[in-house]
Amino acid sequence: MHIVVCIKQVPDAKNVRIDPETNTLVRQGVDSIVNPHDWYAVEAALLLRDEYGGKATVMTMGPPQAEEALRETLALGVDEAVLLSDRAFAGADTWATSLTLARAVEKLGPVDLVICGKQAIDGDTAQVGPGLAAHLDQPYTTYGRRLELVDGDQLRVERLTDFGYEVVQMALPAVVTVVREIGDPRMPGLKHKMRAKKLEIPTWGAADLDLNPEEVGLQGSFTQVVKVFSPPPRSDREMITGEVEEQAEKLFKLLRAGKVPGL
Amino acid sequence: MDYFLTEEQQMIREIAAKIATEKVRPVRAELDESEEFPWDIMKILAQSDLFGIYLPEEYGGSGGGVLENCLAIEEMGRACISVATTFAASGLGAYPILLYGSEEQKQKYLSPIASGEKLAAFGVTEANAGSDAGGIQSTAKRDGDHYVLNGTKQWITNAGEAEIYTVVAMTDRTKGARGASAFVVEKGDPGFSFGKKEKKMGLRASATRELLFNDCRIPADRLIGREGTGFIITMKTFDVSRPGIGALGVGLSQGALDISVEYARKRVQFGKPIIAFQAVQHMLADMATETEASRVLVYAAARYIDSGAKDISKISAISKLYPTDVAMRVTTNAVQVLGGYGYMRDYPVEKMMRDAKILQIYEGTNQIQRNIIGQELNKEYGRMKETFF
Repeated sequence: MHIVVCIKQVPDAKNVRIDPETNTLVRQGVDSIVNPHDWYAVEAALLLRDEYGGKATVMTMGPPQAEEALRETLALGVDEAVLLSDRAFAGADTWATSLTLARAVEKLGPVDLVICGKQAIDGDTAQVGPGLAAHLDQPYTTYGRRLELVDGDQLRVERLTDFGYEVVQMALPAVVTVVREIGDPRMPGLKHKMRAKKLEIPTWGAADLDLNPEEVGLQGSFTQVVKVFSPPPRSDREMITGEVEEQAEKLFKLLRAGKVPGL
Repeated sequence: MDYFLTEEQQMIREIAAKIATEKVRPVRAELDESEEFPWDIMKILAQSDLFGIYLPEEYGGSGGGVLENCLAIEEMGRACISVATTFAASGLGAYPILLYGSEEQKQKYLSPIASGEKLAAFGVTEANAGSDAGGIQSTAKRDGDHYVLNGTKQWITNAGEAEIYTVVAMTDRTKGARGASAFVVEKGDPGFSFGKKEKKMGLRASATRELLFNDCRIPADRLIGREGTGFIITMKTFDVSRPGIGALGVGLSQGALDISVEYARKRVQFGKPIIAFQAVQHMLADMATETEASRVLVYAAARYIDSGAKDISKISAISKLYPTDVAMRVTTNAVQVLGGYGYMRDYPVEKMMRDAKILQIYEGTNQIQRNIIGQELNKEYGRMKETFF
């Protein structure tokens, strides 16, 4: 099977500061890392490839230096990599990003499965995975903690929920996002690392993907970040204690009196 | 410091450091406490191709040498020398085959060692033969197409866990050291078993057991080299393996220094961090100086050996002796810098100090290293015609 992993290069959260004047992220002098959740996507792809054969291709959209992120994942044994880089891609929202990624998946030829991390730690939207599925017109499942191929063309996903997990089965080709419970990403290997250093990574721009400039980047984005701000501190809270019936009674009274803090 | 490592050497260092930091450091205290053999970590090292870094490509390695091996050992030793010793001991078992084995033996045994599929071990020491390898009492008697081994090897690292053992036994006791021969013994060979697991002061995650040979029959083609070359094979093996013990010392010293400096910068007494006190500063300075000097020495010795030089016994002994004496001093001082915390088992430096002691003992005590260095000096200067007066 051919599996594509979409990753993102993000600022290293350990060194991130918020500019108190502008309330925006200070990106200057901050190292870039592979989005931590994406390592689980890489591991998920390698586990599937190791078990069922085929190949894993890693892909990212970003500036030319995002190639470094691709090489880092190649050192774990990913087979191939593609960089989507074009000045026109800059400023893309999740719509434009997922559209661009979807076109690249199509260009890669028959792809059985696209795997993404559950979300990126900078934007935290968790929209690009599902967006990709929409643009590809494929089924998707989010928060996968275990992936298994069944009947040759179906993916069975154990999907993490707040209370346990659901088992979802969908027909391939499909998109899945995964969580940490997939398993720790493996350590880099010397042979893979040597290969990663030398491997030629193709760079595709908008033209390579048959996308018009107005479909990508800022121009192709339907949303816009108007303002970034720190949320105001929460108002006073009151913890209701006691037996369950007692608590319900107290809450009921507060609601009736319109005295629920924060409402 | 930049030691002008090649790209591949830097990669080895990065991979070993990543594994040490992410997979070894978090579990070292637990491994020390439980004395559990670190199989999980060995599997990771295997997947990362580290077991083959000093072996030729035709046997599945990546074609490096002693320096590559030392870099990986050092980085692992920075986190835990029990784990690093387990790794290094497999190399010690492989070296006799690499240096003196037949092509068939190399094909058969080095490939699974290089892939990490199998661990190796080396068995020389006995109850009455350690520093004096000539005192070996285990015997190997030729019997048709076989040799029959009898005797007991003691304190063998990786014993019971390894699949491939290179052992030294006497094929002719009348000839003393010249009657010793080296053999490959496989786990599962008839008459080959293991004694009890030793309880040790340090290095507790490393497996140390006896090898018991009770009419152990092995095919005659398990002989390494020729009969009577066991002693020379042992000496030549130690010549290439000893910088690796030096590297364990460098890693251990660095690991102890890391914690000491971090602690001294945070620990406040008399209103300032203790690193501001000259008494502490000078201790740390000495620790850093001796650690760096050890590293320079190990790398230089390893590079000299890798160059194919023949006169390596002295520099090899020096590269084991100094870094391991340093590691004992540095870890002792690390405990001192951390004071009461240093003595507590909740903090990692007391383990480092316990672990350090073995470095001055195994693969030839440091007294034996001084013997080797002294004897080599005597030979070297004996050959010289000039006078220095």
